[in-house]
Amino acid sequence: MPEQNMVQALNTALHEMFADDPRVLLMGEDVGKNGGVFRVSGGLYDKFGAERVMDTPLAESGIIGTAIGLAVGGMRPIVEIQFMGFLYPGLDQLFSHASRLRTRSLGQVTVPLTLRMPYGGGIRAPEQHADSAEAYLTHTPGLKVLVPSTPYDAKGLLYAAIEDPDPVIFLEPIRCYRLGRMEVPEGRYTVPIGKARVARPGTDLSLIAWGAMVNLAEKVADKFQEAGISIEVLDLRTLAPLDKEAIGNSVAKTGRCVILHEAPRTGGLAGEITALIMETAFWDLKAPVARVTGFDVPYPAYAWEDFYMPNVSRVSRVVTETLKD
Amino acid sequence: MCLLRENRGPGQQPSFKGALILESWPIYRVMGDGTVAPNVVPNELALKIYQDMVLLRTFDEKALNLQRQGRVGTFPPSLGQEATEIGSAHALSKQDWMAPSYRDHGALYVHGVPFENVILFAMGRAGSLAGDVRALPSSIPIATHLPHAVGLAMAARMQGEDAVAIAYFGDGGTSEGDFHEALNFAGVFKAPVIFLCQNNGWAISTPVSRQTGSATLAQKAEAYGIRGRRVDGNDALAVYQVVRESRERALAGHGPTLIEAVTYRLGPHTTADDPTRYRDTEEVGAWRGDRDPIVRLGAYLDQQGILTADDLEKIRVTALEWVNQAVEAAEAMPPVTPLDMFEHVYATMPPRLIQQLQDFEGSDR
Ligand SMILES: Cc1ncc(C[n+]2csc(CCOP(=O)(O)OP(=O)(O)O)c2C)c(N)n1
Ligand SMILES: [Mg+2]
Repeated sequence: MPEQNMVQALNTALHEMFADDPRVLLMGEDVGKNGGVFRVSGGLYDKFGAERVMDTPLAESGIIGTAIGLAVGGMRPIVEIQFMGFLYPGLDQLFSHASRLRTRSLGQVTVPLTLRMPYGGGIRAPEQHADSAEAYLTHTPGLKVLVPSTPYDAKGLLYAAIEDPDPVIFLEPIRCYRLGRMEVPEGRYTVPIGKARVARPGTDLSLIAWGAMVNLAEKVADKFQEAGISIEVLDLRTLAPLDKEAIGNSVAKTGRCVILHEAPRTGGLAGEITALIMETAFWDLKAPVARVTGFDVPYPAYAWEDFYMPNVSRVSRVVTETLKD
Repeated sequence: MCLLRENRGPGQQPSFKGALILESWPIYRVMGDGTVAPNVVPNELALKIYQDMVLLRTFDEKALNLQRQGRVGTFPPSLGQEATEIGSAHALSKQDWMAPSYRDHGALYVHGVPFENVILFAMGRAGSLAGDVRALPSSIPIATHLPHAVGLAMAARMQGEDAVAIAYFGDGGTSEGDFHEALNFAGVFKAPVIFLCQNNGWAISTPVSRQTGSATLAQKAEAYGIRGRRVDGNDALAVYQVVRESRERALAGHGPTLIEAVTYRLGPHTTADDPTRYRDTEEVGAWRGDRDPIVRLGAYLDQQGILTADDLEKIRVTALEWVNQAVEAAEAMPPVTPLDMFEHVYATMPPRLIQQLQDFEGSDR
């Protein structure tokens, strides 16, 4: 089995999907000749041509709206938005149409659309290239939201997304793109939508994370391991619908939970996850559920990025607090 | 020079219809072949424009170097676009509002923002506008600032100011909905606003032929009932004149202008981009030398007896000294503090932010 990083795993998945299904298309800004600014679509244009690998005009609303039409009309479009911070001109199409057409037509009109985009901070990118806006999307009924943190999950979840009959948002954590390699099977396989993954089993406390925060959670778990404390890391992988069962099981087992996200705190998903814990594992809790998040400020220019981003010491402090009896 | 040449992206043949349209949207030019108007820029101003263009080029080259050394972050150079950047901004008054994009540090500089602030911006520090300069922070999401320029122009008129607003954006920007909404609003409200589109041929890897089926970008003005102009964007004196005249018309109540400045992005989109992946070096080469905006203005000034080769050399040396001083000044600035990040979100920090700041400072980070 080849060892691949996340960019390579996604690229291979795209090549395979294009070869397997003539309905599959890719559209977006600079996805063709340039292979996407992160090279996720490298080589596709040369192999499958400009009609299936479409460099579009610079217009997110136009891209998503057109993709909705293509999807309804029988194609399987994959849209790439260049960075999550540039999704906003296209949100109307997503909120008013992609997410609602099935409901409004009582199941007659469906939108099998996959919307990929790099997201998240920590790479000293220019302003407005580092947003984590997942909560806007998970708040929208009708959308599914996926976030792989490993190359294996990236490929398997992308297959699940493209085969799903409904619109799926596929968030690619920029910091995980080239973080590490692992064995990734050749050919089709799926990772189920709506299922979290125990990234590392433990008994004393649950750290719940997704995207680039999973790697941080693992670092914190390593650090506490040295002191004989066993931390379970739960990688949610799907943010909508949340895996309530996996969250409940983990917290019922450990009795303590800290949730991590790099998005701003207020209205962030940690609040929703906490409510699910109240519903599933309240009587097992030994300490209040805590969260480590970005601050309630617009994602800062990169000179302030290290202040903004949750890191090992900030997480450790909250973990220590939560471990106190 | 053939009018057809500029607007054609790779692989696109001009249709007969396109050719007719191009004839009705001629390129305004004052220097070199195909001149359509005499130069009206006084010698002293032409010299100043030249100096600023050299300064901008020197600055961009320096910033590219600093980026390679890791001293600044991702940087978008304006190499090749100096005539439009500098020529346009010299046609404005300090009272005018500027709504720039990320590549417009040249125009911002002329409008009053010192280069050390631009370097701070490239070092990932927000708030790099200087005090009382009438400009917005450079817009990162493409074309989203165009409606702001319309509003700024309307505000200036409502308050009886002798001022216009100008928005800077690229060829790619004309594809976004906000471009069309802004032009439409400007047409309806006859706002004293100038839309300065720098058609530099490319939006990252996407040629302008992939942005529009129109033969020109300027003709889009017609649909909104506003004035459109095409100008040779590598002719600083022509750009100056077209912006100047658009400004005067706007102030006289004749409404907005869309200017398409036909130029070329000689460098990468940003330091993170590798243009050899998507465009021929031959195409780039055709825009160097005689078509380089600095070479063109230099030759003109020489012809007019305004400058000697010696003067040119002096201008380059002075520019380098200035730029080096600006870099030193920027690098000597005190480091950023966490407080900066919290205290400017609202006029008054709400309790939750005060709490978050306290938590931050109480932690060992
Ligand atoms: C709304 C939005 N979508 C995508 C991007 C990513 N992006 C940054 S620059 C750029 C190309 C812009 O081209 P153009 O408008 O021609 O301006 P130029 O860079 O040539 O000056 C793109 C796609 C963005 N900044 N904003
Ligand atoms: Mg451009």
